[in-house]
Amino acid sequence: MTRDEIVAAIRAAHAGRTPLRLRGAGSKDFYGGLLAGEVLDLSGHRGIVAYEPTELYLTAKCGTPLAEIEATLAEHGQMLAFEPPHFSANLTVDRDISAKTGATLGGCLAAGLAGPRRMQAGAVRDFVLGVTLVDGRGQVLDFGGRVMKNVAGYDVSRLIAGSLGTLGAIAEATLKVLPKPVAETTLAFACAADEAVRRLNDWGAQPLPLSAAFWHDGRLLLRLSGAAAAVDAARRRLGGELTVDAEKTWISVREQTHPAFAATPLWRVALPSTAPALAVDGLAAIEWGGALRWYAGDIDAATIRAAATAAGGHATLYRAPESLRCRVDPFTPLAPALLALHRRLKKVFDPAGILNPGRLYAEF
Amino acid sequence: MCRMSSESPVVADRATLLRRLRQVLPTHCLLVEDEDLRPYECDGLTAYREMPLAVCLPENEGQVVDVLRTCHQLGVPVVARGAGTGLSGGAMPHAAGVVLSLARFNRILAVDRDSRTAVVQPGVRNLAVSEAAAPYGLYYAPDPSSQIACTIGGNVAENSGGVHCLKYGLTVHNVLRIRMVSIEGEIFEIGSAAPDAPGYDLLALCIGSEGLLGVVTEVTVKLVPKPELAQVVMASFDDVAKAGDAVAAIIAAGIIPAGLEMMDKPATAAVEPFVKAGYDLDAAAILLCESDGTPEEVAEEIARVRAVLTASGARDLRVSQSEAERLRFWAGRKAAFPAVGRITPDYYCMDGTIPRKRLAEMLAAIAAMERKYGLRCANVFHAGDGNLHPLIMYDMSLPGDWEKAEAFGAEILELSVALGGSITGEHGVGIEKIKQMCVQYATPELETFHAVKAAFDDKRLLNPEKAVPSLHRCAEYGRMHVHRGELKFPDLERF
Repeated sequence: MTRDEIVAAIRAAHAGRTPLRLRGAGSKDFYGGLLAGEVLDLSGHRGIVAYEPTELYLTAKCGTPLAEIEATLAEHGQMLAFEPPHFSANLTVDRDISAKTGATLGGCLAAGLAGPRRMQAGAVRDFVLGVTLVDGRGQVLDFGGRVMKNVAGYDVSRLIAGSLGTLGAIAEATLKVLPKPVAETTLAFACAADEAVRRLNDWGAQPLPLSAAFWHDGRLLLRLSGAAAAVDAARRRLGGELTVDAEKTWISVREQTHPAFAATPLWRVALPSTAPALAVDGLAAIEWGGALRWYAGDIDAATIRAAATAAGGHATLYRAPESLRCRVDPFTPLAPALLALHRRLKKVFDPAGILNPGRLYAEF
Repeated sequence: MCRMSSESPVVADRATLLRRLRQVLPTHCLLVEDEDLRPYECDGLTAYREMPLAVCLPENEGQVVDVLRTCHQLGVPVVARGAGTGLSGGAMPHAAGVVLSLARFNRILAVDRDSRTAVVQPGVRNLAVSEAAAPYGLYYAPDPSSQIACTIGGNVAENSGGVHCLKYGLTVHNVLRIRMVSIEGEIFEIGSAAPDAPGYDLLALCIGSEGLLGVVTEVTVKLVPKPELAQVVMASFDDVAKAGDAVAAIIAAGIIPAGLEMMDKPATAAVEPFVKAGYDLDAAAILLCESDGTPEEVAEEIARVRAVLTASGARDLRVSQSEAERLRFWAGRKAAFPAVGRITPDYYCMDGTIPRKRLAEMLAAIAAMERKYGLRCANVFHAGDGNLHPLIMYDMSLPGDWEKAEAFGAEILELSVALGGSITGEHGVGIEKIKQMCVQYATPELETFHAVKAAFDDKRLLNPEKAVPSLHRCAEYGRMHVHRGELKFPDLERF
């Protein structure tokens, strides 16, 4: 599939006012508002366009599987530092080969979901250097570029990250890549949730080579990454018990195949890392140094949203049966002024409102 | 010197404006006399000046809202201003507008060790945040060289970087939340202390928007633990191309140093008598490569850096042996601008970014431009992230000299784009690089920028005629956007 074909499809949909549902591998079909519109399958627009290890960037077409990108980076000892999920397990086997390999670059950017290294490395958008966007009129727009620093014009490429395909189809993107850490080790501690949050914040304020944390069912895992000497020194200082097979565990956390994520409905609650426990039952896991907490079970949407908001955060209905998804907004509603601004921005990029309608907010 | 002429008509007369502003601001918060307005006529880009109709110095958010509403009603342009240290004329006043100074928003509202955040007002100086965080072993990472004076509000407007941003990121990577007032006086909370706020990433859009989208009244920044130790390696090279290759070799070895800076011979020659940093004055270029972290980590990284630099042909290597020595090595780099200011009546600082591998090519081209324009140029370079700061030396008192410097600078910026880079890495477009925006972006992108602006400020009153050029202006400039060597829309008529 060529970029011109994407342009032609969007132009036709714009002219005919046909809602489109942009789709890569479909690994995140569960995420966001209910799916609507005619599928525009972007998985065929694939391939790495440019990769220069010493310039720390990689450019690829939207349909390129993350697995392919990460394998290429690994040959040069580099990585996508935000550790995005591939969600291969979400895909049924009857889809084509590209689907079976898991999430694509385009879907990864559109969803903006980062993995275990989020708090230390940064969010998806922090690694976006440039995008080629096909907007809702079928215009090809180039924002950003391939250099680390670029403040010319508004930073539209980062705005696109996490916009769930509502502002345009990401035809191509350039990401900043980083070297893989030389050494990595994982420590385990037995502790209750409150104690885990307290410890994570205390450690976070110290110059320690932390790269991920995961608490579930009374056990806190802490990953250390960096220079071998630094990881070693931190391990001796922090104590805890060394774990085996840690890499597999971290992949299961990233991919959410870990049992902690098995129950539904599953709520993803982002909080200031120091927020005390919410008065809500069903805490399933804690990640991101205390800033991401997962709740599972039959939880009243209004209750968990109010508790998250009161604590300075927000609650997302992350994975749920359709019967619940059609009643509850996936994301915390926006304040009226902010919602109005979102609608004006949506109009800038997609005046006919044809791209992924309702996937982010029901209002647009 | 350039007096700017305004493109937009004066909507309200000055007397009406001042009468209305007096209704919402106490007397001591409004400057109207010429002698009081004079200090505001330019920012760090002194070649461009303009006198505003008035300067507002609000003391609280309510007054900011009132000033903005008043100006919105009267159709009066508003230029927000922090410390005025910007180098692209972003805070230069509008002749028919007011300057909205945030200087009195100078309080640090909270510093929290455990959550590693600080809540500050926009007029707080960059360095003051790190000073307030120091008792907790934390600091605010972005460190523009003007950090003793520049404000957080200005940093947000420009998405400022600094010598440590290769490892620790730019302002956009270190700000969690802003509170922003729109031109209509509406208050927006953008981002949050919790990660990944719902909705579009407006924080990314607003940071670096050069005061065109709103006026920031509060900022929550991320603080990071101060590394236990930092050490710097100073390497001399007898050839700039070798120094450039050494930078790539460090990255290829999997090292992301805390800072990686280069200075060429004219820059070290200007700096050494001023700071006595001990630079090798015979070297064609010197590299400063900083490592930070735990003592074990630093020792390991320094050993690797030394090996890479030696293999890359460094003719001399020195590793700082004390904090005093580390600061002395850096002092020259940090004082490069004032040092150059001592050897020339005026200098013009550029800010292009290029892929690192094109460095030698760019420096050769700059040397040729020095001959072409008959002006000298010293180069300091955030080598790690490809951000070049050529300092073009000229004399404002010589007729035609400024024009030559400006043409020299424009040629560097346009070459930056042609080499695959950008016209600005961290200083912003402002008024200075507005023409080069026509080279970096094509019409559809510029139209999108204007539409984004209209979504926030449909009367275009916030910092008008800055950052994004009108299409009319680009047509007049006559230099078209070139993308990867191809002219877009070759079938369209050009004039």
